[in-house]
Amino acid sequence: MAFKRNPQTFNASINEVTFGTGDKAVTLGGGNTFPMYTFDGEAKNKVAIGVEISDSGVDMTVPGIAEYYAGAEGIGAIAKKASEMPGADFVVLTLDGADPNGTNKSVEDCVAVAKEVADAIDCPLAIQGCKNIEKDIQLFEKVAEALAGKNVLFVSAREESYKSIAAAAVMAYKQKISAESAVDINLAKQLNVLISQMGIQPENYVMNVGSAAAGYGFEYVASTLDRVRGAALGQNDAMLQMPIITPVSSEAWSVKEAVVSEEDFPEWGAREERGIEMEVSTAAAVIAGGSNAVILRHPKTVDTIARLVGALM
Amino acid sequence: MALKGIDIFKLTPKTNCKECGNPTCMAFAMKVAQGSVKIEQCPHMSDEAIAKLSEATAPPMKAVKVGAGECEYTLGGETVLFRHDKTFVSRNLFGVNVCPGCVDERLPEIEKVDYERIGERMHTEVLNLKFTEKEAFLGLVNKVKGQGKLLILDCKDVDAAKEALELCKAEKPILNGATPDNYKEMVEVAKAAGVALGVSAPDLDALYDTTAAIEALGYKELFLDVTGASIKDAYANAIQVRRAALKDQDRTFGYPSIVNVAKVAPDDTAMQTALASMFVIKYGSIILMDSMTYAQALPLFGLRQNIFTDPQKPMKVEPGLYPINGADENSVCVTTVDFALTYFVVSGELERSGVPCNFLISDAGGYSVLTAWAAGKFSAGTISKFMKEYDIENKVKSRTLIIPGKAAVLKGELEEKLPGWTIVVAPNDATGLVKFMKDFK
Repeated sequence: MAFKRNPQTFNASINEVTFGTGDKAVTLGGGNTFPMYTFDGEAKNKVAIGVEISDSGVDMTVPGIAEYYAGAEGIGAIAKKASEMPGADFVVLTLDGADPNGTNKSVEDCVAVAKEVADAIDCPLAIQGCKNIEKDIQLFEKVAEALAGKNVLFVSAREESYKSIAAAAVMAYKQKISAESAVDINLAKQLNVLISQMGIQPENYVMNVGSAAAGYGFEYVASTLDRVRGAALGQNDAMLQMPIITPVSSEAWSVKEAVVSEEDFPEWGAREERGIEMEVSTAAAVIAGGSNAVILRHPKTVDTIARLVGALM
Repeated sequence: MALKGIDIFKLTPKTNCKECGNPTCMAFAMKVAQGSVKIEQCPHMSDEAIAKLSEATAPPMKAVKVGAGECEYTLGGETVLFRHDKTFVSRNLFGVNVCPGCVDERLPEIEKVDYERIGERMHTEVLNLKFTEKEAFLGLVNKVKGQGKLLILDCKDVDAAKEALELCKAEKPILNGATPDNYKEMVEVAKAAGVALGVSAPDLDALYDTTAAIEALGYKELFLDVTGASIKDAYANAIQVRRAALKDQDRTFGYPSIVNVAKVAPDDTAMQTALASMFVIKYGSIILMDSMTYAQALPLFGLRQNIFTDPQKPMKVEPGLYPINGADENSVCVTTVDFALTYFVVSGELERSGVPCNFLISDAGGYSVLTAWAAGKFSAGTISKFMKEYDIENKVKSRTLIIPGKAAVLKGELEEKLPGWTIVVAPNDATGLVKFMKDFK
């Protein structure tokens, strides 16, 4: 009496969203199984990996990052290096210098940085803002205009900003956006409904249902991902079938475990190793929950997660 | 699968003798179905009926008890595939592989990582002892037994397993040694020593058949080694085994699992961490690796603590005074709720600011700031009561208290309740704390 297999495939599937242009364009989503359940059915598109850089460069206090980007002068060269990182599928430019509570870079400066990055790489580009709602709206409008034709993914539009960002990025300049909500299935669905009511088609937006580093309330992230994927596939809920992109690096590299120095916590060992393991663990955990794309920083994490995804496909 | 009252009624003598304390056999059967009365309370129930019933009412996944003394653990016994459906009940264990050649190097490294996080001890609970040849293996058993770890004998050699168990069976280790070829002998060895038996096989079909054959021999203290030959196999096996048990009610796969990520990702620490993270979420009961450094432990133990928390009960930190950045009695006081997530986020930002402060955590029911405030669990009353109970005014000379931006409304009332104190309102969001603390200083 052999083991009786009972595959779970669904009469619903995750939407497909493509960003970038040409051969290297990335398609997220597709598939009608739970995450990486290749024993149930085909997984369609692989989980994509974005390498994050900032308008101010990369974190040169982390030796492995500093070594990887050594010799890259200027944001264009840094972006090119990021796009060539083994395992990378796309580059993510975070415009955190625009933050009015920080260096408050002008919109024009940020647009120039975004153009330089877009011109330097031949893979798809995603843009993250500075998390200031007002500033991000201005930024995304202008960057979307300047990068028309590049099919860029803007991460993210929130409840307070989706109207302006969707109108500018998707309707005016045919870019893609990500809908961001705070780790709650109902909020995620509500924002997707609002965006769809603007007439934005499903192939034009993905979602970011929130993230947290491992150990920092990750149970909410895990259960939100499980429930979102359960509803999308099991109940054919069209308003939760968007592919999911999860910014991992910004969470993983800012928790205490990845921040404090070895001098202050000698028993914990090198800070770099702690950061890598936190980033790896968090990325693997969100992929197990159904993320279709993750945003990472460290070359070792990118390599590890790319090989993990390859091995599971 | 739960039996209905009427099914249980059919098994009773139907004499309404009242000896069980119930007026009728039907009433008794209904109570058994609800779980409020045990079937054994009927003195006339046949052994056959009792066996049939306990079979039918057994949980879909067996809970297996292993280890002894302070390293006794219960694994398995899960009822749901997703934690939001109810809760995961048996948190997974982490173990490190040791072999005769590497044990001296690895043991001290394993022992280094032992700390507490939100009231839970974080350490590597399990040692997986790799068999190479008999004498060396017995030497290894002698070296690691009695060290406060749950042992797994990773040994498919029947003779060596038997002798190893003579040395350590009092500790109730797991004998991970049954295969399609040796299971008959291994069951005898495990039975004789009274230890749980791990089963492995080249593929899921063989694993299923072997497990069924072992059950037929009357042994049910089992673990299923789902590791397989590749990363893909391990993930597929772990999920299919658990799903078969819980979703498809196939009890042959209703046992806790062992997955050795080092076997499918040798010499690749980061990959082992990645895989271990996936198996915390998807169905590893004992996860074995080649190392557990602080860098690996911090995310993995944190992740496990998150995933195995009861969704109904928020994680709380102990109320008290937590000095941050070398704070002394002259440092300012900062307060927030005892919800673990809030505590970690806020304490992390305070540490990053570098400004010494006394972090005061009062009992707010484990809720977030706004929820606790709305529920009356984080109010001027509760904060001032906490200050008195913990004798803060005598422990701290500073008379400045920083409160969360989301509880700004408490400022006036707090100033009334805490005469002599200056109440300062922090930003709404923890991300603004670093700048706020630096400016404040």
